[in-house]
Amino acid sequence: MVSMLNAGALRPTSAAARLLSALTILLVATGLSGCGAVNRVPTLEEQAKSSWSEVQNQYQRRADLIPNLVETVKGYAQQEKDVLIGVTEARAKASSVKVDASTVSDPQKFKEFQDAQNQLSGALGRLLVTVEKYPDLKSNQNFLALQSQLEGTENRIAVARRDYIGAVQAYNTELRTIPGRWIAAILYPEAKPMETFSATPNADRPPNVKF
Amino acid sequence: MRFMGLSTGTLVRLFLALVVLFGCLAVYAVGALAADLTFPPLTGRVVDGAGILTPDQRAALEAKLKAHEDKTSDQVVVATVPNLQGTTIEDFANRLFRDWKLGQAKTNNGALLLVAPSERKVRIEVGYGLEGALTDALTRVIIASAITPRFKTGDYYGGINAGIDGILGILSGDAEEWQRKPQVRADEVDPRQVAVFVILFLVVLFVAWRMSRGGGGGRGGRGGGIVFLPGPGSGGWSGGFSDGGSSGGFGGGFSGGGGSSGGGGSSGDW
Repeated sequence: MVSMLNAGALRPTSAAARLLSALTILLVATGLSGCGAVNRVPTLEEQAKSSWSEVQNQYQRRADLIPNLVETVKGYAQQEKDVLIGVTEARAKASSVKVDASTVSDPQKFKEFQDAQNQLSGALGRLLVTVEKYPDLKSNQNFLALQSQLEGTENRIAVARRDYIGAVQAYNTELRTIPGRWIAAILYPEAKPMETFSATPNADRPPNVKF
Repeated sequence: MRFMGLSTGTLVRLFLALVVLFGCLAVYAVGALAADLTFPPLTGRVVDGAGILTPDQRAALEAKLKAHEDKTSDQVVVATVPNLQGTTIEDFANRLFRDWKLGQAKTNNGALLLVAPSERKVRIEVGYGLEGALTDALTRVIIASAITPRFKTGDYYGGINAGIDGILGILSGDAEEWQRKPQVRADEVDPRQVAVFVILFLVVLFVAWRMSRGGGGGRGGRGGGIVFLPGPGSGGWSGGFSDGGSSGGFGGGFSGGGGSSGGGGSSGDW
């Protein structure tokens, strides 16, 4: 204010100010690139996306195991038609949910995906409880192998979900805090916060498949 | 409004710069949030936190695991813990595995046998790279047939030893197969090739030095060649060197090679 009124001091001050602002920009640029802030939004986004593919991958792996499991159980427990049909239908429904890259930033789609998978988890849980009644089936080698694969897959799903939640948390935090928020607004306007899994009962531990 | 000879606008700009810089630091601090479980340090290939093994037994297991690692670079580690800190054994084993970074960074060829005597739980956690060999079904068979029957009688060493024999047996049986050989080979560094690269690098350095002294024309053309040559050489070899160093062959020191696990393996109780 004072410098603007004081015409005599204007010239040297503005030169000094220009120099200082150039220095400031340099300082800010160095600061940002020094801690990688400029690249952090896309980096975290890629990490979250790859964690998401791992989640999808493991859910797919579970879906792939189910037909075999249903066939094996059918051989021993044909009378449990309702439970078996329940699993098959839940699997079909979960597979019919379209999942792509936009699913993670669309709350509606994400919820659809999560609900379908939870429903399948519930149906599988019922099937595995039902199996308790059939000792022959429980000692069948094929079934035992399938069961350990299913157990392992449920555990991998839990790990993949945990990784995804962590990756999304880091990414969303970066998008909503300064300086990530400014950087995203200027450089990555298309970057959107991602959805994360809400805790369902027993979501962080694999379903109990003990026999 | 002036302060130490600076105009208001400049002061505002400086202030903003400081805010941005501190913002960067704050994000760093948030990134370093600690996990909610505490893990014992990786002091060796057998970490007996629960104190169920005698020193002799521990040494015998260590020797067996070291011999296998020297041969194949697979890092198999035994851990016993006094308790699971309130989580499941699956969760604990996976986080411990990642904390210790078992297996080599490139091949993720680690495996962890975790025993929690107070919860009566045992788990074999398998790194990404060994999932194909040490499948969930096989680890389950090892736990059910070799480990838990002995644990039931209170024979912890017998159970762990039989479990390790099972794991190493499957891993070395599979190592003979052609599938895993390329992976193992990728970790080996041929000293002759290293020598060739070192000599090449020195030659390039020498030429660069000569040129920087000579100056003059033709510099740009040859300069491009210099940038090009060491690029693929150093990039290709740095990985091989760090892998060789981290397998811990010398001095008895032991640390994880940077591997990770996605929750493969299986658990059991007794």
